[in-house]
Amino acid sequence: MLGLGVDRLQADINRLLASLFHQGVLDEQFLQLQQLQDETSPNFVYDVINIYFDESEKLLRNLRLLLMDREFSDYKKIGLHLNQLVGSSSSIGARRVRNVCVAFRSASELSNRPGCLRGLEVVEHEYHYLKNMMHELFQLEQQRILAAGVRYPM
Amino acid sequence: MATKSTGGIEKTKSTEVKKKLNVLIVDDDPSIRRLHEMIIKRIGGISQTAKNGEEAVILHRGGASFDLILMDKEMPERDGVSTTKKLREMKVTSMIVGVTSLADQEEERKAFMEAGLNHCLEKPLTMDKILPYINHLLGA
Repeated sequence: MLGLGVDRLQADINRLLASLFHQGVLDEQFLQLQQLQDETSPNFVYDVINIYFDESEKLLRNLRLLLMDREFSDYKKIGLHLNQLVGSSSSIGARRVRNVCVAFRSASELSNRPGCLRGLEVVEHEYHYLKNMMHELFQLEQQRILAAGVRYPM
Repeated sequence: MATKSTGGIEKTKSTEVKKKLNVLIVDDDPSIRRLHEMIIKRIGGISQTAKNGEEAVILHRGGASFDLILMDKEMPERDGVSTTKKLREMKVTSMIVGVTSLADQEEERKAFMEAGLNHCLEKPLTMDKILPYINHLLGA
């Protein structure tokens, strides 16, 4: 019974990952993260993804503050924030977030404020989708670890 | 503030000291610093990190030296181009590998190389991308 629980959870994890790769939400760089994780750093993927989330939320907040300012004109600052987001998103394998950041950056290079506002909404949407999916993945992983560790007394 | 991760000198059975590759990771993004730290750890090196170019320069002024420096291009305080130029002016002879973003134009990469890089790689960094340079440093 316990074995089946672990197997079922592993199948759910594999299905979710396959779906995320198929949708283009994640790319092979995420596999690189998983391959770097080992017994000496068993939470590496979880840690680096959470660092990414913390930093990305600061950047997205800054972008929104910049663009909501009616006097706004500092497109170079927008570009710098987006460069960081592009780099960090590509480094964790968040392909769709990276791609929409690149599109947003094109609007900022043209000093196109309406385009930037639209770009920001798209980035926020993709980012939140990624975050929700990663939370689901980590919850399944946690459940699998717990299921694998449960032992009933004989 | 710069941080140091694992490190040390390994001793083999014959009491010969085997030096580990010492790497400085310079990047303003904490998730990228963490990723690069892990790559270096898996390769068997030790690493320190700096959040921007100014921290990297301060480390060197304090006497630190590294076999390899992984240098991000866009950073606050002091960017990768300025940092590389400064380190070369300070006679730093470490291998400096620039790590650029997809967005960087060809002329920007060229300017980065001309600042004194040995090589330039595009993010995301992977073990496969960095290993040839590590092997070169280790004389493999």
